[in-house]
Amino acid sequence: MSLTSSDIARIASLARLQLAPEESERMLGQINGFFELVERMRAVDTTGVEPLSHPVAAIQDVTLRLAEDVVTEPDNRDANQRSAPAVERGLFLVPKVIE
Amino acid sequence: MSAELHEMGVTALAAALRERKVSAAEAAEHHLARIRQHQDLGAFLAVDEDLTLGQARAADARIAAGTAGPLTGVPIAHKDIFVTADLPTTAGSRMLAGYRSPFDATVVHRLGDAGAVTLGKLSCDEFAMGSANENVAVPAVGAAAPIPVRNPWDRSRIPGGSSGGSAAAVAARLTPAATGTDTGGSIRQPASFCGVTGIKPTYGRASRYGMVAFASSLDQAGPMARSAEDCALLLSTMCAPDPDRDSTSLDTPAEDFSRSLGNSLDGLRIGVPREFLGDGVAPGVRAVVEAALAEYEKLGARRVEITLPRTELSIPVYYVLAAAEASSNLSRFDGVKFGHRASNYRDLADMYAKTREEGFGDEVKRRIMIGTYVLSHGYYDAYYLQAQKVRRMIADDFQRAFGECDLIAGPVAPSVAWKIGEHGGDPVADYLADIFTLPASLAGLPGMSVPAGFDGGMPVGLQLIGNYFGEAKLLNAAHRFQQATDFHLRQPEGI
Repeated sequence: MSLTSSDIARIASLARLQLAPEESERMLGQINGFFELVERMRAVDTTGVEPLSHPVAAIQDVTLRLAEDVVTEPDNRDANQRSAPAVERGLFLVPKVIE
Repeated sequence: MSAELHEMGVTALAAALRERKVSAAEAAEHHLARIRQHQDLGAFLAVDEDLTLGQARAADARIAAGTAGPLTGVPIAHKDIFVTADLPTTAGSRMLAGYRSPFDATVVHRLGDAGAVTLGKLSCDEFAMGSANENVAVPAVGAAAPIPVRNPWDRSRIPGGSSGGSAAAVAARLTPAATGTDTGGSIRQPASFCGVTGIKPTYGRASRYGMVAFASSLDQAGPMARSAEDCALLLSTMCAPDPDRDSTSLDTPAEDFSRSLGNSLDGLRIGVPREFLGDGVAPGVRAVVEAALAEYEKLGARRVEITLPRTELSIPVYYVLAAAEASSNLSRFDGVKFGHRASNYRDLADMYAKTREEGFGDEVKRRIMIGTYVLSHGYYDAYYLQAQKVRRMIADDFQRAFGECDLIAGPVAPSVAWKIGEHGGDPVADYLADIFTLPASLAGLPGMSVPAGFDGGMPVGLQLIGNYFGEAKLLNAAHRFQQATDFHLRQPEGI
């Protein structure tokens, strides 16, 4: 399987990345090089094998815990917005979305 | 005494501080001067001398008041992947240039509570993605533009990555110890390449809270220092359950990892996977590993041949899973709440795309692209889910192996540190070099690198892999080796 330049354009759009033409071209070759390695993994017979996400679940039950639905954080808005690109009256500014 | 201050490790320095043979302020000043003197290594991304000296004076006050903790006054530096309230955090990325976190990472907070004094933030590959520390996109302290970190043993070579700044700084005696993070080998490989000792604990033992996320099911924090004894002391402080902050943190209680350092290795079965000593390993590296195994036999251990048959499959499995998780984690960088925002754009979608185009470097974009693709409709089962299944098979292989041995040993990497630029921007060449560290990462097992010798003047680390929660046994084996050898005490020339 080989990706084409139109695949790269589609993936870049899904990933919200604008790529310059020469960057797309370079990436196409590199990603195809990587997927040659992946073919060996695809060929493994995994019938009946459960996927593993938390690695320690390989030996013991790991259950994701639930938190109580209560307020635990104090208001820290100024510190949280200190590194924001654009803020006004405590709100994050973005370009107009609805005309 | 200050002439030798930088040659003392964490344990010795902590004792000297407690006994008031040296003050925390002296220790801080001495290391800050060394950091200035060796700026050309590019190891540090942020230093704030006033902040460090303030912390050191507070440490001296605690020592005087008799309220000192185990690390009070010991200088330490943090990989710039841990967020810090008092210093900038960039994760090596333009995306976070100038970013200030409102809080400290749990690991930073725990070390600070134990009394450690922060020397600064250390260079790393952008978002911890890299094996050479060449992918750093923000300037080092004293440099006008981004520079790759240099290996103190040979400045024309890479220090390894992604915790390359941490390894270089410890090797050059700019700090007694540093924090690192290991997703696919990012503590062990630079530790090996720079001749320092580093350990990654069992996945879930150190909190990921405040570590800029790369691949959440793999990322783990750990210490890098001069010896296993120092790593044990630091790791005991770094690990503890963090149930309210990290959903994957395990309930396993904190442990004193120093408790069994001196235990005998009599009868210890060390498994050597035959896949780890194949043709791809440089002869000089193989010779060092063989000599280290012979040393272990002298110490009473027994060598057992084992097999980890899916070692090569670790590469595609890891790079599919890590890329998938990275593409999801890095979607938060959109130019809205923090970080870089493009200056010219048409609308919201254009702002996202341009911000991410400008803010991310090549390797990060490549992994986001791979991750987005393997998670996309119609490909998820074939790639992501398949990788998670093979991941379980790899973890099961380890459990079979641990039926025959107590520890696993082999090389950390197939070669010593390569020349800066040698891989010529071929990402697959870097990925292949991760082959021996990826299996333990995928299985979530503790692993470490112990200085074991040299190949052509460059350090070679021995990798030790333990079973789940086997950190104390790993550190015991490393400590006994370090009592019998002096590789961990050797210093690069000109340092």
